[in-house]
Amino acid sequence: METVLSITDAGAASAMPWQRLLGAYVAEARGECLRYVRAPSFILPMLLFSTVFYLMFGVLLNHGDASRYLLASYSAFGIIGPGLFGFGVSLAIERDGGLLTLKRALPMPPGAYLLGKMVMAMIAATIVTVLLILIAVFLAHVTLSLLQIVALMSIGAFGVLPFCALGMLVGTLIKGQGAPGLLNLIYLPMAFLSGLWLPLSMLPTALQNMAPIWPSYHLNQLTLAAVGTNNGALLPHVLALAGYTAVFLTLAVRRLRRYG
Amino acid sequence: MPHTATPIARLDGVIKTFGRITALDGANLQIRRGELLALLGPNGAGKTTAIGLLLGLIRADAGTVELFGQDPQCIEARRRIGVMLQSAALPPTLRVGELLRLTASYYPSPRPLTETAELAGIGALLKRPYAKLSGGQQRSVQFALALCGRPELLFLDEPTVGMDIDIRQKLWTAIRQLIAEGCSVLLTTHYLEEAEALADRVCVMAHGRVIHEGTVEELRSRVAYKRIRCISALNVDQVRSWHEVSEVHVDSKRLHIVTADAEAVVRRLLDADMQLSELEVQRAGLAEAFTELTRDADTSLPIDQREAA
Repeated sequence: METVLSITDAGAASAMPWQRLLGAYVAEARGECLRYVRAPSFILPMLLFSTVFYLMFGVLLNHGDASRYLLASYSAFGIIGPGLFGFGVSLAIERDGGLLTLKRALPMPPGAYLLGKMVMAMIAATIVTVLLILIAVFLAHVTLSLLQIVALMSIGAFGVLPFCALGMLVGTLIKGQGAPGLLNLIYLPMAFLSGLWLPLSMLPTALQNMAPIWPSYHLNQLTLAAVGTNNGALLPHVLALAGYTAVFLTLAVRRLRRYG
Repeated sequence: MPHTATPIARLDGVIKTFGRITALDGANLQIRRGELLALLGPNGAGKTTAIGLLLGLIRADAGTVELFGQDPQCIEARRRIGVMLQSAALPPTLRVGELLRLTASYYPSPRPLTETAELAGIGALLKRPYAKLSGGQQRSVQFALALCGRPELLFLDEPTVGMDIDIRQKLWTAIRQLIAEGCSVLLTTHYLEEAEALADRVCVMAHGRVIHEGTVEELRSRVAYKRIRCISALNVDQVRSWHEVSEVHVDSKRLHIVTADAEAVVRRLLDADMQLSELEVQRAGLAEAFTELTRDADTSLPIDQREAA
């Protein structure tokens, strides 16, 4: 009896005050952000892909309404990147290199690892939308109200989440260096099929009808609404994105639990 | 102390299979407070699986796995351990100090950063990015991460692989210091001299079972053989014919003899060769004991299983 007590008694010493617990989540997110800020080769392509496209097609070739329309589609395109790649590539590599195993063995609070990556992706997605807004306002002379700017930035910050979940799912399916290739195979065709590169009306009818199955389509409907070129109902798109997030996340977490 | 004998971590009749491979086949293992237990065994013996279970990374198919009387997947139990795995690619762009601070943040009352760094001998590296360190330095940083939370039980999986002798000695010193503080250690290693230098108890695994458990002395004493070396003009075949000698070979004039009765053989050697020089008698080391034990375990298996293992 005595011996059993001695084990559980010492357990009181391992109780974690909530301030320290919160501190662990903050430290994890901070570490995640720092490491990528210091790895420009990983972060720059994510930030510059859509801005360079927008400069070419939205500023050099177009003005006015086309620039406004393209601001919405390149925002959607730019928001997806940090979610898919920030989550998918790093997860695939860290599963391969043993970092995830170590973190699972350490008493890292539950979810801190994923939350850290999420914060990182949200910041990166917001930076992309800010860059695109700056280009739109100052170079393409698109007039945006403050409300529109805030709306687009918030869509950036939160719209990245379903793609974090998708990236995470891919990261649990594939290990190591193979992830970027597979993610591009998802990223680029999905962007094309949901009208992020060419307006949907220019695609064959069958593909147009298929577009709502892609999560990127729903994100684009939201960004279009933010810049004022979509007056349809928004709730279905928000719900669709929330649904995708829930499904991808559930599958990914299950795979992580089962196979590590 | 009443709790000295109470295991702080244990496996009891644990079975774990991966597909058709049985990694653990009824393994029993106990780690007591304040001791260093060395877990030895050839590759594929089940050491990594045993550690994975105790860390809560995998679940057992059958049997009991306990860490401080709790399920290892329970975070409260893991707040009392420190971990150094065989390989972990830490974020390359983070500085050593940042890695330490991050890992320390997981624990309720971690060691101060400078104390951790000093113990692990990495005080000079705190500002350096992890990727810029040598392999040995990276292992030292991983060791620092393992001890930064002031753990009661430290898991060290092949800690000195890739370390040069100097860094290895420092790590041994640090481990001894931790044990003096009352920390328990579960160590796996391929270097038997490491187990010999550090371990209170040794646990030898083979084919998913613990085949021997005891002090280093006990393990050694299982091997009755001693080694005799000397320079002698005696003919190898002649020495081989002595019934006390179980093995003999010669290399560059030096005779190497293995025997259970060293005294008798030495007497005969000295009688037979007056010019004999550089006589050495050595008790079998852990390496011999270990080889013998695992060989016994192999031969006691049916042929088909031996090959599968």
